[in-house]
Amino acid sequence: MSRRILPDSVRATHGPKAPWLALAGGILFLLSGLLSWSYDDRILGDLSIRFYPAGIQLYAMLFGVIGVILAVLLLRRPPWLSPARGLRILGTTGIVFVVWIIASVAYQSGGLINANEGGWVALVGAVLLTLAGHLSPEVDIDVRRWPRLSSTLEIVIIVVLMAILLFTVAYTLDIQDGVIFASFLIALIGLAGGLLGTGFGGYLGFIGANNRRPLLLAAFLVAFLFPFTQDGSDANMSIATQVLIFATTALGLNIVVGLAGLLDLGYIAFLGTGAYVAAMLSSSGFATIGWKPPFVVVMLIGAATAATFGLIIGSPTLRVSGDYLAIVTLGFGEIFRLAMFNLDGNNGPDLTNGPNGIPAIPDLELLGFDFGEVHTVAGIPLGRFSNYYFVLLLLLMFVMLVFTRLNNSRIGRGWVAIREDERAAEAMGVNTFGLKLLAFSVGAFLAGLAGTIKAHQDTSVSPDQYVFLESAFLLSAVVLGGMGTVVGVLVGATILKLLPEKLREVNDYRLLVFGLLLVVMMRFRPEGLVPSKRRQLEFHEEDQELSELLQAEHLQAEHLDPEQLEPEHLQGAK
Amino acid sequence: MSAMLEVKDLEVAYGKIKAVKGISFDVNEGEVVSLIGTNGAGKTTTLRTISGLLRPTSGSIRFKGKDITTVEAHDIVQLGLAHSPEGRRIFPRLTVEENLYLGAFARKDKGIDADLEAAYELFPILRERRAQPAGTFSGGEQQMLAMGRAMMSRPQLLMLDEPSMGLSPIMMKRIMTTVTTLQQQGTTILLVEQNAQAALKRATKGYVLEVGSIVLSGTGAELLSSDDVRKAYLGED
Ligand SMILES: Nc1ncnc2c1ncn2[C@@H]1O[C@H](COP(=O)(O)OP(=O)(O)O)[C@@H](O)[C@H]1O
Ligand SMILES: [Mg+2]
Repeated sequence: MSRRILPDSVRATHGPKAPWLALAGGILFLLSGLLSWSYDDRILGDLSIRFYPAGIQLYAMLFGVIGVILAVLLLRRPPWLSPARGLRILGTTGIVFVVWIIASVAYQSGGLINANEGGWVALVGAVLLTLAGHLSPEVDIDVRRWPRLSSTLEIVIIVVLMAILLFTVAYTLDIQDGVIFASFLIALIGLAGGLLGTGFGGYLGFIGANNRRPLLLAAFLVAFLFPFTQDGSDANMSIATQVLIFATTALGLNIVVGLAGLLDLGYIAFLGTGAYVAAMLSSSGFATIGWKPPFVVVMLIGAATAATFGLIIGSPTLRVSGDYLAIVTLGFGEIFRLAMFNLDGNNGPDLTNGPNGIPAIPDLELLGFDFGEVHTVAGIPLGRFSNYYFVLLLLLMFVMLVFTRLNNSRIGRGWVAIREDERAAEAMGVNTFGLKLLAFSVGAFLAGLAGTIKAHQDTSVSPDQYVFLESAFLLSAVVLGGMGTVVGVLVGATILKLLPEKLREVNDYRLLVFGLLLVVMMRFRPEGLVPSKRRQLEFHEEDQELSELLQAEHLQAEHLDPEQLEPEHLQGAK
Repeated sequence: MSAMLEVKDLEVAYGKIKAVKGISFDVNEGEVVSLIGTNGAGKTTTLRTISGLLRPTSGSIRFKGKDITTVEAHDIVQLGLAHSPEGRRIFPRLTVEENLYLGAFARKDKGIDADLEAAYELFPILRERRAQPAGTFSGGEQQMLAMGRAMMSRPQLLMLDEPSMGLSPIMMKRIMTTVTTLQQQGTTILLVEQNAQAALKRATKGYVLEVGSIVLSGTGAELLSSDDVRKAYLGED
């Protein structure tokens, strides 16, 4: 899996120069922060002033700081770290970062001539860092051999990291300018990748794996505290609730797609079912059903209705091969949308008000808590969207729980067998039809549940919210993030929902960018950003390293040292 | 006493094509029964129908006295009838141990770990490689895994579909010895083979299947010495 693009002879002769190249690259980057990047002072938060770094110039200087640190590490050559990998990530991302800014300056101020010396100096620095990364020797790192910290210290590390995460998220969302927002994201990838790529990332992952519970707790604490960083502003909270609904729904879809291996192209209809049920039973003046049960009951009815639809379309199709399911679900998605569009009293009963939908759905009120009002907790005002955010967070936790419980159960093992070889699974006594139907209806149930909350949060439902494109986006979140993992889907959903909100500039090209992203992903990382190890193997079967990693993990689970067992195939493969 | 497995007038069709045309045979407890026949004779179809993966157009199948003709595949496994399918069909990306555990999927009792030990005793190489993805195995190792996996459901009747297919003579012998071992340990075996010599040598009883019909039957030794079998399956004239 080494990424050697330079021939060995070049590496041999010029390798010793790498630390100095890296040092030079880092210093150039630092320097560039003090220079002017743009002639025009009205764009990108004014990059025209020299010796007074702001915004993007500061990010550039951070590249420099990390570059210098890695250069020093490269000089000292600790045997347990791989600065080379860090440098490659830092350098390559640095190039992307600088090119993106120079291009934006040129585009916004009408010509490349307006890009001042700072960008060019930084570009040279980035190239030097990349070169140094490719010239330096590779170090094989095994974080399992790093010193173990005391468990208290490990938990302190987790808490500090989570605090940094909270701060970073809050900071990132506060960036209003789309280009600066993107620059910061790129810088973040480069800086974090540069530091963590050296081996620290693997070590942190190792610590995290050893402290799953504290990690999970800390992560939820961060998510829970996030609204308190917003000073009562609803701008970011509105985006955050969108992300949460999208992520929750995508996670439900991941049970169907990622765990059971069923392709569902009309999943959004189940979300819509829940939303429409909630709208019809709400106390909106436009609601079409007179009965107004308490919201908890509405949630159950919405979810049960969705699950029933799931059973109805799943029962006949899941017995036959998978391709039919894709087509039938695609059809179901359209039928749902058209039915909602047409059930307006002219054709059939008046349930949905047709194209107008059901507007003016009032805010939720649970146990006397009005979701429409601003509540002040510990002196910090929490607005309407914060209220929904907390409920949605609870729902996400619930879906995560369902997902992991199912995945780690007998049912989950049955799904694995079905994905691997359905007919063999059948011969082993796996009730393939039953397990597929279960996945399909549980997925529908969870989407329906989310839909009931979504209706109130959106204050209206209409057919055009539940189009095929939305199903496609959900599926993309799953594929992009990583089929069959929780974290992957959360990452995928966040990217797909957050970026279009922030990058309003490219909104017109949203689908184009999105398509490109998918193509690139499928080419270079088909298993998704955060894949499960097993999925990774499905896409890279000839990858010896990965298969060894799986073995090591398996043996570790048995509390055995992999060294104790020296099967000859491991030896032969090296 | 009735036979452990009774197949009566079994007919199976793929659409209009009749693959099995009214066959009847018995497997008694403790026996190794061989079903031999050339490619396309209908052996796999017969096994798949017995284990509930295909539905017959007519005829009946009784297992331990119970009619299982319309019982679902996953329930048949629970009754104690295991099927090691043609071509092994191990789960390639799962480890050996995960494969074995999936063999016990239909079970809910506490004896699974003990049976895992038994499978490892039967094929020590599986223990050695328990953490290896099964897809990296050679054909013979995959066959051992497939047999071990089938045994994990703790079957009373084990059906093996061409276990010797594509194996080296040594590996084939190893597999066939295991068949005898399993028989001695009390498992009844229905063995489907194209390799008549190996299959009949160990069989208490044998049936010869040709284009969907049983054309010959007898004890293993009888069939081995029959002229028809020698001509058609052992390449002698
Ligand atoms: N899935 C299928 N669809 C249609 N015909 C099939 C199918 N499987 C097997 N057949 C046909 O049924 C007959 C018996 O096949 P099979 O049971 O696989 O034979 P054997 O296992 O003895 O080689 C053959 O003529 C084969 O072509
Ligand atoms: Mg066959």
